[in-house]
Amino acid sequence: MTAYNDKSGPFTHAPTSVSLTMATVLAALVPATLFDAWLFGWPAIFMFLITVGSCVLMEAGCLILSNKPLKPSLTDGSVVLTGWLLAMSLPPWSPWWIGLLGSVFAVVLAKHLFGGLGQNVFNPAMVGRVALLVSFPLQMTSWVKSAPLGSDGAPGFVEALGITFGHASGFDHVSAASALGYVKTELSRGVPVDASTQHLPGLSDMLLGMHPGSFGETSAVLILAGGLLLLARRIISWHIPVSLMGTLFVLGTLFHAVDPARYTDGLFHLVSGATFLGAFFIATDYVTSPVSKRGQLVYGFGVGLLTWIIRTFAGYPEGMAFAVLLMNALTPIIDHHIRPRVFGRTYKGEPLPLKGEK
Amino acid sequence: MKLFSVRGGVHPEYRKERTAESAIVALPLPDALYLPLQQHIGAPAEPVVEPGDLVKKGQLLARASGPVSAPVHAPTSGRVAAISDMTAPHPSGLPQPTIILEPDGKDEWAELPAGIPDPLTAPADVIRQRVAEAGIVGMGGATFPSAVKLNLGTERKLEILLLNGAECEPYLTCDDRVMREYADEMIDGARIMAHALGAPRTVIAIEENKPQALAIVTKAAAGLLDVEVVSVPAQYPMGSERHLVQAITGEETPARKLTADLGIVVHNVATARAVHHAVRFGRPLVARVVTVSGGAVGKPQNVEAPLGALVSDLIEFCGGLSVPPKRVVNGGPMMGQPLPSLAVPVVKGTSGILALTAEEANEQPAQPCIRCGTCVTICPCGLVPVEMAAFIRKENLDAAARLGVRDCVSCGSCSYICPAHIPLVHFFNYAKGRLNAQDREVRKTDHIRQLVEGHNERLEKAAAAKAAAAAAAAAAAAQSASTTENRGEA
Repeated sequence: MTAYNDKSGPFTHAPTSVSLTMATVLAALVPATLFDAWLFGWPAIFMFLITVGSCVLMEAGCLILSNKPLKPSLTDGSVVLTGWLLAMSLPPWSPWWIGLLGSVFAVVLAKHLFGGLGQNVFNPAMVGRVALLVSFPLQMTSWVKSAPLGSDGAPGFVEALGITFGHASGFDHVSAASALGYVKTELSRGVPVDASTQHLPGLSDMLLGMHPGSFGETSAVLILAGGLLLLARRIISWHIPVSLMGTLFVLGTLFHAVDPARYTDGLFHLVSGATFLGAFFIATDYVTSPVSKRGQLVYGFGVGLLTWIIRTFAGYPEGMAFAVLLMNALTPIIDHHIRPRVFGRTYKGEPLPLKGEK
Repeated sequence: MKLFSVRGGVHPEYRKERTAESAIVALPLPDALYLPLQQHIGAPAEPVVEPGDLVKKGQLLARASGPVSAPVHAPTSGRVAAISDMTAPHPSGLPQPTIILEPDGKDEWAELPAGIPDPLTAPADVIRQRVAEAGIVGMGGATFPSAVKLNLGTERKLEILLLNGAECEPYLTCDDRVMREYADEMIDGARIMAHALGAPRTVIAIEENKPQALAIVTKAAAGLLDVEVVSVPAQYPMGSERHLVQAITGEETPARKLTADLGIVVHNVATARAVHHAVRFGRPLVARVVTVSGGAVGKPQNVEAPLGALVSDLIEFCGGLSVPPKRVVNGGPMMGQPLPSLAVPVVKGTSGILALTAEEANEQPAQPCIRCGTCVTICPCGLVPVEMAAFIRKENLDAAARLGVRDCVSCGSCSYICPAHIPLVHFFNYAKGRLNAQDREVRKTDHIRQLVEGHNERLEKAAAAKAAAAAAAAAAAAQSASTTENRGEA
């Protein structure tokens, strides 16, 4: 006779899976990625493919070394997402070894040495980016002016191969500063913020992405669209994006009001750098953010606060990646101290008093 | 009526349309009925018949033993073939003493106790006694003896009898059909129970996904000032007692208290109908409506089955199995129990028999937790399933207990929603079982220590008394000696 009782219920399951979740996030990244591929041309496409590809290879290597089955981990989409986000956070024309090294930091160090999917304390893509930024500051801040595919100044396929695999010889690419970097440099030269921001691309260009920056962070509008898709599909909730961006906006606005010559305004903080990418795709990484909604509010606030502090006072123009990693370290503590209230109990865990009881 | 929000919950695919429109049909009498002596929470019933006895429908077969127990009656007339051990409808598949009844086909009623005239003014204990004698238990699946629950009004002032017609489990439509087809019986039973409880108001709560039942019951209750029908949101687990009370009153039952401490007692709609039968006509609980459904069942429908009919009888009556099922479940798919086989009987708490296909069960190997936090968001009890499961995996039960695993109602929402298909509730059920065993062990040691201390105390007392007596005797002896001496001196 067949036994039906080797497992307890429930005997139905929501149509959810890890790979479906990952696939949805990837789908949400597609519009911004396609736009940026067009915007930055062939070298950026090579950089993207190399980064994602080497992340997948690193994952496979780690799985083989640790005697884990390949298929479930390679098909769950998590490593593709890590590689994708890493690529989004790199300068568009990075050489091949940047993507390769980044994948070693992200997948081998940050993910597999901690025990693989779900075990890592730090966001793998951000570990990759920060390790590269600290080790290779020159390459990691070599922004280029956008050169859309097919436009006059854009490198062709072969030239692009040279940029990615050679030493950029034969093609004189135009370097440029990101908005955050420009403002910071000018400030250090004594140019007040309200003067330097006059020379930046207009708000519409900042929103659309027609300005220098990392591969995936420039088009705020398309990243926002992807983020809204994730919200609509309930992959993420509003808590982290809203508290993160809210904190950044409020701090920016307040300090700008006090001293416009020293502090950039709140709106500028929102549309520049990796704010949208960070708020919707990086800080919301499940594994490294708190599990409770109240914890997520605290976490988002922390990322926003640290990002603003680093952007405003520290040596680096952009602080999102550092802020995310610092708050990743606090996630276990947030989870320990901020839990939902158990039904019928106080926050301290004591049974609720009955009416009329003290 | 103003409703209050309830934390968390999930919206499973309900699949109630498969049986919602199929009227209740009676199961033809099977060749044999198998009546376990324990179909309720509490002590098993004690048989009062012998093999070979001829019994009539409704005749007592086994009487309640102890304060929390329920009797078992003959679902039809026939002969007691045997009283022997048989596989119980329980996931353990362990055998249980069972009365086997061979129907004679006449289905003749025994002489039943007369109906209680005018039960809405009858003394409460008369009603309670009748409900106890009728063997009525909570028919939503909890199977707690109803008469015991009707006692809750003796020590407390109750405000509301909340009749639970939420039926939040997917697939199940037995309560829906009872409400639609027997609304008057159900409302009458509910008012009798409210009277016995001393509760001035009766609220009938029905999930909004049963509009026909809502309309019919609302119409049937029209003009009754003490009865109110409320539509509650379709949100699993709305049918959980404490959560339903919160939705209706906004009050949260404190941990380790009963909803009765808030002045509210919750009973199931089918229980109310059974109370109506028992009180008005003296009929004991001998049959119940069961939803037979699931993708593997040929013709899903709602069946009124005599207690003791085999699950295989019901499935055969419903067109048999069209495909081999992946799971056969007693109850709903969320909280129901897996059945060890099809050769187990329908009991008082069997609300559904579901034969589910592999696609319906959607079982997949567990993957690593990605800490998405969905289980935390949807837990209606405000727990942190992801963290509790991590502790239980490491056998750290005390840490899980500190996080409140005992407050888990095992509704299954977390397992249902988990994208990594981690069987979270499985972990919690395991932990609760182990913690209960530990608690029992602690109570046992405490009890033994008390006995030993009491014994030692008695020994000490006895010794002290002896010593005192000896001292007194010695003193008396000394006294008499000195008297003698004195005399001698004199």
